[in-house]
Amino acid sequence: MNETVPETVPPPVIEMQGIGKSFPGVRALHDVSFAAKAGEVHALVGENGAGKSTLIKILSGAYRPDAGTILLAGAPVSFQHPVEALRAGISVIHQEFSLLPERTVAQNLFLGREPVKRGLIDYTAMRAETRRVLDLFGAGGRIDPDMLVTELDVASQQMVEIAKAISLEARVVVMDEPTAALNEAECEVLFGIVGKLRDRGTAVIYITHRMREVTRLADRVTVLKDGEVATRFDTRPAPDVIVRAMVGRDIADFYAPRATREEIGDVVLSIRGGGNAALRGIDLDLRAGEILGFAGIQGAGRVALAMALIGHRPFTAGKVYLSGAEVAFAHPREAIRAGIGLVPGDRKAEGLTPMQSVRDNGMLTARAFAGLAATHKANHHTDLAGMDRLLDSLEVRAASYDQSIGSLSGGNQQKAIVARWLALKPKVMIFVEPTRGIDVNAKAGIYHLMRELAREGTAILMISSDLPEVIGAADRILVMRAGAIVSEFGPGPTEAQIMLAATGETEAAA
Amino acid sequence: MSENALPHEPARPRRALPQINPVYFVLAALIVAIIVQNPAFVEPTGYMNFLKRAAPLAILAAGQLYVIVSGGFDLSVGSLITLVVVGSSMLTNNDPNATWWVIAVMFGIGLGVGLINGLVVCYLKVPSLIATLGMMITLNGLALMWSGGAPRGYLPDSFRFFGRFNFTDLPVIRILPVAIIVLVVAGFVLYWFMHRTNFGRLLHAIGDNPRAARLAGVPVNRVRISAFVVSSLSAVVAGILLGGFAGVSTDVGLGYELQAITATVLGGAQLLGGRGSVPAAIAGALTLMAIFTLLNFLGLPQPVRQVVQGLILILAVAATVYRQRRAGR
Repeated sequence: MNETVPETVPPPVIEMQGIGKSFPGVRALHDVSFAAKAGEVHALVGENGAGKSTLIKILSGAYRPDAGTILLAGAPVSFQHPVEALRAGISVIHQEFSLLPERTVAQNLFLGREPVKRGLIDYTAMRAETRRVLDLFGAGGRIDPDMLVTELDVASQQMVEIAKAISLEARVVVMDEPTAALNEAECEVLFGIVGKLRDRGTAVIYITHRMREVTRLADRVTVLKDGEVATRFDTRPAPDVIVRAMVGRDIADFYAPRATREEIGDVVLSIRGGGNAALRGIDLDLRAGEILGFAGIQGAGRVALAMALIGHRPFTAGKVYLSGAEVAFAHPREAIRAGIGLVPGDRKAEGLTPMQSVRDNGMLTARAFAGLAATHKANHHTDLAGMDRLLDSLEVRAASYDQSIGSLSGGNQQKAIVARWLALKPKVMIFVEPTRGIDVNAKAGIYHLMRELAREGTAILMISSDLPEVIGAADRILVMRAGAIVSEFGPGPTEAQIMLAATGETEAAA
Repeated sequence: MSENALPHEPARPRRALPQINPVYFVLAALIVAIIVQNPAFVEPTGYMNFLKRAAPLAILAAGQLYVIVSGGFDLSVGSLITLVVVGSSMLTNNDPNATWWVIAVMFGIGLGVGLINGLVVCYLKVPSLIATLGMMITLNGLALMWSGGAPRGYLPDSFRFFGRFNFTDLPVIRILPVAIIVLVVAGFVLYWFMHRTNFGRLLHAIGDNPRAARLAGVPVNRVRISAFVVSSLSAVVAGILLGGFAGVSTDVGLGYELQAITATVLGGAQLLGGRGSVPAAIAGALTLMAIFTLLNFLGLPQPVRQVVQGLILILAVAATVYRQRRAGR
């Protein structure tokens, strides 16, 4: 793409006018207009269910709109199939990548359009072009064209997706929550790439839940609410202005207030010298009523610590004390029986039994500790009616609690998993990435719920890659690096202070 | 993925009626077809004999369902049936009084086989398909060794009572085979454990996502091993019934493992775990038997049965997958 941008105002690269789309019983979009110009980052924000995904699916040819038109560089188009949109220069980078894991980076980049020389695939040319594209945004040092995709970490895989979009000469690149699986340092790299895409004259449509990214990257912001455009900002607004537009209320009480001195009680959980393959020399005290936040980059050992505490990948060194008594858990069952609970970070792989009903997912742990031959309807923790009341109190939105949980939104799934533990009232609750991939309103709900649990005396350990969340929700913050706890902060450190401790490099704080 | 629960396809409006498992309609249609072919089927002797012949497979399918829902397969049940029939004939040695302790021994063997299957799958981490395939070959060999290659002797009438005996001169239904009583009792027990207990719900959970179940505190291995034990015990029951009306041979259980799996799939069970219904699996077994009966009426030779069974297995899985995709997930 070497075309020069003319002086006169060109039509937007992509323009959607008056788009409407309904599904049975749901009006997903109504009269939505949206445009992106060359060389701008246009953020698309809104709660879950606001219609962002539907709009993008229409743009990428996966759905066809009931009403409205799509203009590509001023000319109307109608995509029958995602491949047509791709050929027209619209690349969508989904949260779940479409790469083939057992193929090399170069093979993925040229999938289905391999260069041919004398009847054979020209691997030399493929490699060279792959390297050129990767170098364009400074990923050449990180990714080799001959590496298998499966060897790459999530951030690098995402870079390959972006490289693919660039090599396809995409005029419009849509990124659907690109930072959902990235840590802080990787996010920085991504932001750099987004900037470079913009500088190259690509129109970037950026979907996110995180206000920080909007305020940092976006040239314009469109807020969707209930399938309609709620507001459009042609400049970069302040975060609270955007959030108000999204949820229709203020964010003053987004995070729950911190614990007061009186609310923090005795030490419930102590670890002395805890270690295993991923952890070393873990010392910590967790008190009743407090929310202890854990920050650190991916692989620093925070999740390993959660998995060691719950007995999934146990400590092999050191001692753990629960309410003063020494304990050692070799299986999650033992840890749970002793009063520890875990809301895992990877909801799909570790939290949900997706085909089972919402109610069954909530009942899972209570049933696991009742007799196998006993009735499924009640046990000494709760019964079906009690579970329904819990789900009601958490405002889980489902057509029925008999519905399979896999069909709910992320926030509602998360609430059902939390309900699993509320029925047991554990002494210590571990939350890993408690609000990953859930919308703003549900996030606030989870923060308040954690605080409420703490007030009732539960000690809470919260592991999160979302720094503002750790800072906003935790009473105390421990930072981990390379399997060890490296520093501790009281309430309210800055992101820079935490990043400095997490990376151990002064430059990274910038 | 992050967004909402919108359907992927703009599908037609949802029906107000609850979804009824299609296997029941298929079974009803087949029964009508059988009646058209052979009006005598509506007589108690007609359908009672049909149910009697279907009872072993129906019980076996309901037991197999436990392993299927837990996310595995149990291929060893066919050979276990053979072992039960051959072993019983060797042990009873024509002594009618031996029946009761021999049956107890057979349940002991079933318990052992189920435990070994489960332990191998859980602790040696051998995939269940391979673990139970090994068990299938082993048990077949054991049955042959035990019988010395050629089974001899007969099962005493006291043993064959369960499979063969009919209560007669009853009001209304006139005859009632003992096998049907066994089917009703076993079917109800298996239904109860699958759909009315913690065990059943936990079984669904470990088949759906074993890692999530473990992290939620479910004793995954205990539940999984129990599923294999249930399957093996149901094979023992099926073996005792088959010994009653099929006589003693070393291929009496041949092919039953795949028929049982086919039956569960016809009943809409999710292969690889997480979903399944005992009544539907039993209906699946009856459907399979009804198809065989029809093929018999049509005078088609035995090999055709196998071809049909193979096609049914593939079609049933394809239909289940298709329905799930249509449903959104």
